[in-house]
Amino acid sequence: MIGFGAGVVVLRNPVACALSLVASFLALAALFVTLDAYFIAIIQVLVTAGAVMVLFLFIIMLLNLQAEVRRRVKLGAMLGGGLVVLCFVELLSDTLSSSPLFSQPLPPLAEPLHSDVTMIGLTLFHSFNLPFQIIGVLLLVATVGVVLLSRQTLK
Amino acid sequence: MITLSHYLMASGILFALGLTGVMLRRNIIIVFMCLEMMLSATNLSLVAFSRYGVVQGHSNYQAQMLVFFIITVAAAEVAVGLAIIVALFRAKQTIHTEDLNSLKF
Repeated sequence: MIGFGAGVVVLRNPVACALSLVASFLALAALFVTLDAYFIAIIQVLVTAGAVMVLFLFIIMLLNLQAEVRRRVKLGAMLGGGLVVLCFVELLSDTLSSSPLFSQPLPPLAEPLHSDVTMIGLTLFHSFNLPFQIIGVLLLVATVGVVLLSRQTLK
Repeated sequence: MITLSHYLMASGILFALGLTGVMLRRNIIIVFMCLEMMLSATNLSLVAFSRYGVVQGHSNYQAQMLVFFIITVAAAEVAVGLAIIVALFRAKQTIHTEDLNSLKF
């Protein structure tokens, strides 16, 4: 997963980047399965690795992008960016090693009464009904907005 | 034995990779893909917390709900963002962030 993620940042050809990201997302879905989140793993494969990345590939091919030409890189910006990222990782590993809570083993699950999808559905429609409907409206608004944006003549 | 910190570290490294991409890459589509990668890294840490914070013998499904909503919003955001990028490309014939400087002070 990490390797493919690095591929996205390093590779020059946008198509190779997109395919690398797909592989990274598939590996991420495998990690979700190891965490017993089957529904989320399937959603990750279907929505993110499937629909969203197909959209990305479509746009890349629609715009007919070539591998980017090597341009002059700003050394200062690059060093600054690398420094910020290194600080972030360092801070994270410090935090993770500071508390024994982070090194607990995987707690066992009880014998499940319902399947994972049933539990997700119960939670979604009992405790999260209003956010669910709001999300529906959001998707509608996004669809209308995209149609409006991609008309030939923007007024 | 895999502990919570392993998952969180993997998630953090993926997030850091996405952050590097957003800051260092100049191709606006790749910047967008790296944003997507950062969202997924957040999802990984949320699912890990959900599995390790067991409630009555079940994973904590409230965290998984949050992941579900994040994935939905991310899909909507990708659609809108790519539409904007296509409109931008039509207007300017470029997707290189350094060439898009008309809003720059």
